[in-house]
Amino acid sequence: MSRIFKTSKKMTSTLNGITLKGSAELVADFFSFGINSILYQRGIYPPETFSRVTHYDMSLQLTTDPKLKNYLTNVVSQLKEWLFECTVQKFVLVITCLETNEVLERWQFDIDCDKSAKESSAPREKSIKIIQDEIRSVIRQITATVTFLPLLETPCAFDLLVYTDKDLLVPDKWEASGPQIIDQSEEVRLRSFTTSIHKVNSMVAYKRTDSV
Amino acid sequence: SAYKDLNRVSSSSRNSNFRKKRQRNNRVCCSKVNVSFKRLCENLDKMAQFGFENDIHSILKLDMPITNAPMARWQRKASSSNASALNGLSPGKSANVSLSTTKTPSKTPGKTKKQTPSKMGGDRFIPTRNSKQMDVASFLLTKENETVDTNEQNATSENQKAMSMSLNGYNIEEAKILHLGGKPLNAPEGYQNNLKVLYSQGATPASVKKTRYISSTPDRILDAPELHLNLLDWSSCNVLAVALHNCVYLLDASQGEITLLMKLEHEEDYICSLSWTKEGSYLAIGTSDCQTQLWDVYTQKHLRSMASHTSRVVSLSWNDHVLSSGSRSGHIHHHDVRVANHHIATLTGHSQEVCGLQWSPDGRYLASGGNDNMVYVWPRVQDGPANQAVRCWSEHQGAVKALAWCPWQPNILASGGGTSDRHIRIWNVNSGSCISSLDTQSQISSLVFAPNYKELVSAHGYAHNNVVIWKYPSLTRVAELNGHEDRVLSLILSPDFSTIATVAGDETIRIWKSFELDPIKKKAKERLAKSTSGAIHQSIR
Repeated sequence: MSRIFKTSKKMTSTLNGITLKGSAELVADFFSFGINSILYQRGIYPPETFSRVTHYDMSLQLTTDPKLKNYLTNVVSQLKEWLFECTVQKFVLVITCLETNEVLERWQFDIDCDKSAKESSAPREKSIKIIQDEIRSVIRQITATVTFLPLLETPCAFDLLVYTDKDLLVPDKWEASGPQIIDQSEEVRLRSFTTSIHKVNSMVAYKRTDSV
Repeated sequence: SAYKDLNRVSSSSRNSNFRKKRQRNNRVCCSKVNVSFKRLCENLDKMAQFGFENDIHSILKLDMPITNAPMARWQRKASSSNASALNGLSPGKSANVSLSTTKTPSKTPGKTKKQTPSKMGGDRFIPTRNSKQMDVASFLLTKENETVDTNEQNATSENQKAMSMSLNGYNIEEAKILHLGGKPLNAPEGYQNNLKVLYSQGATPASVKKTRYISSTPDRILDAPELHLNLLDWSSCNVLAVALHNCVYLLDASQGEITLLMKLEHEEDYICSLSWTKEGSYLAIGTSDCQTQLWDVYTQKHLRSMASHTSRVVSLSWNDHVLSSGSRSGHIHHHDVRVANHHIATLTGHSQEVCGLQWSPDGRYLASGGNDNMVYVWPRVQDGPANQAVRCWSEHQGAVKALAWCPWQPNILASGGGTSDRHIRIWNVNSGSCISSLDTQSQISSLVFAPNYKELVSAHGYAHNNVVIWKYPSLTRVAELNGHEDRVLSLILSPDFSTIATVAGDETIRIWKSFELDPIKKKAKERLAKSTSGAIHQSIR
C-alpha cells in the first residue's frame, strides 16, 4: 500500500502516526471483525447469513443478518468511545448453551490503554501496516483455534460484555452483568497486538471436556 | 541441500529417542515428531483455514438429515407450554423470566422475550443459576449491611480484594461489567450447528508380543464426504494431503491439526488428484477443469497452473522435477515444472481414463493403468522417445487403478484390476513377464508395498470393502483390516512406513498402524540405511 505524500512535515506526521482516535478506531475495527469471525467459525449463526469481505489483506466473514448487524454496530461504536476515553479494560464474548444457560466458551480481550496519550495529542510512531499485520495474525489464530475447541453441539447464544472503569457513567440501554466465568475451564492465550496506544491481549477459555 | 540437513537432524533425534526407549522397555512405540516436522507445524500454524467449517457444513448438509431438529413452529404452538430464553440477562433480572409466556405477563413489558425452538422435544424452561453469581450477589448484599470498623478496614479490604479476584476474576472495586441490554439475539429458529467432529481419536492397544500385533480396528477415524480417485497422499514430512470436493486439506499426522490449503474457485469444479514432491514441500493438484496446479505448502502459495489436458486430471506422479499427469482423455503429459513451457511430452496409448500412474523409485520407468484395462510402462525422458512404451500388458479384465513398484526389488511392478478382474498381478519389467497373479475376490482400488515386513497391501471395493495385507512374494494372506463400510478408494503409506491411511466411500479416512517395527530392529535398519545411502528412500534391504 504505497501513497505519494506531499513533502509537508505536518501532513506526513499525521498520516504515519497513530492518534488516540485512530487507535480507538483500529481496535474497534478489530473487535468488529473478530466477533464476526468467532460467530461464524463457532457456528453460532448459520454460515449462509455471512458474506465474505476483504480486510487486513485477508478474507473475512461479516454477518448480513440485520438485527445482529445493528446490535454489533451499537456495541462497537460505544466501545470505540470508551477506547477513546481509555475507560475500557476488557471486552468479552460469552457463548452459552441456549437451553441450560451454561457458559461453554469465553473469548476475552484484555485492553491496556496508555493513558498518557490522552494528555498529549502528538501521534505515536507506528506503522499502520505493522498493526494490521499483527491484527491479521490474531484473527488467523482465532480461526485456527477451531481445530481444538470442543464442538458446540447444542444451539447457542452469545453475549458481549465490557469491563469498564468503576466510576463510568452507564449509558442508556447498557446494564450491569456478571462475569459469566466458565466452571472448570481450559484456557488458551492467543497473540496480542498493539497500536502503541492500545494493547490488546486475546485468550479463549472453554469448558473442559472429559473425552480424549 | 536444506532437505538433507533436515533429515540428518531428524534421524539423529529419532536415534536418541530410541536409546531412551530401549532403556525403558521393548514396547512397540509410535513414531516421534521430528524437527523438520515441527517447523512445518509452525508454518502451517500461521496459515488460516477460511471457509473450512462452511464447506464441511455445506457438504454435510447434503448428506445428513437433521436427526434432532426442533419442532416446527405450528407444532410448538399446538403444544401448550413454551420456552423462553434467558440469554443476555444479568443475574438480577433472572427473576423476570416466566415459565409460560402465554399466561403471565412479563414484569418489564419493554423487554419482550423471543420464543425459541425447543430442542429434542424438551420445552420446559428450567432456570439455572450460575453458582458464582449467587456468591457475588450474597457477598455484595452482606457487604452493604456490614458496619465497617475503621481499624479493621485495611485488613478486610485486602481480604475483600482477594475474595473479589477469586470470585470474579477481576477486582470489583476497580471495574464493573456492562452489556447491552434488550432483546436476546439468537440464531433463527430451527438452526442447528452442523459442524461435525473432523477428528476423533480412539485408543488401540500397543503391542508387547513378539509376533507383531496388527490391530484390525483403525487407530484414528476422520470424517469426510465421498471421495473418488487419487485424493490422498502422505508427504515425507508426515503431512497427509486430502481432497474433499473442491478443497484440499493438510493433516499434520503427528499433531492432528487440519489446515485448509486451497479451494477451487467454482463450486462445480472438484479436485481429482494429489501428489507430493519427494521433499514434501510442493503439492501437485489435478482438477476437474483440466488443470494441474502446483502449490508451495510452506508459504501456502499457488505457484503455477499448468493447462495442457483436454479433460480432468485424475492421476499424478513425480519424478524429480518432472510431473506426469494422466487424464480422462487417455493421454499422459510430462511437465518440467522448472520451465515456462512445462509440457515436454505426451504419451498416447490408453484409450480411456488414465486412473493409475506411478514412477518407479529409481525414476527409470513410469507405469500407467487405464480404464481400458491396459497397463503400460514408459521410459524416462532421457532414455529415448518418451512416447514409446517399453511394456504393454492387457491381461487385466478390469480397470487398473492400483499400481505399485516394489521398493526393495528393482523392476518389479504390482497391478490390481477392477470389479470384473479382481486380480493382483506381479510383473517383471525387464523380462516383460507376469511373475504371479492372485484372485483377491474383490475390486482392487489401490496397492502399496510395505517394506517393514516385506508385504503388499491391497485396498478393496466391491464386495469386501476392506484392506488386505499379503506376504511378498508368496502372496499369502497375512491380515485383513476391516472397518470401512463402503468401497475403500485409496490407500497410502506413511513416510516412516509404519502406518497406512485409507479413504472410502463411507466418507471416512482411517489410519492403521499396522507396520510398526519394534525398536531394536528399527535401530538396526536405520544404521544400515545410514551407512548405505544419504537420501532417505524406500530401499531397505
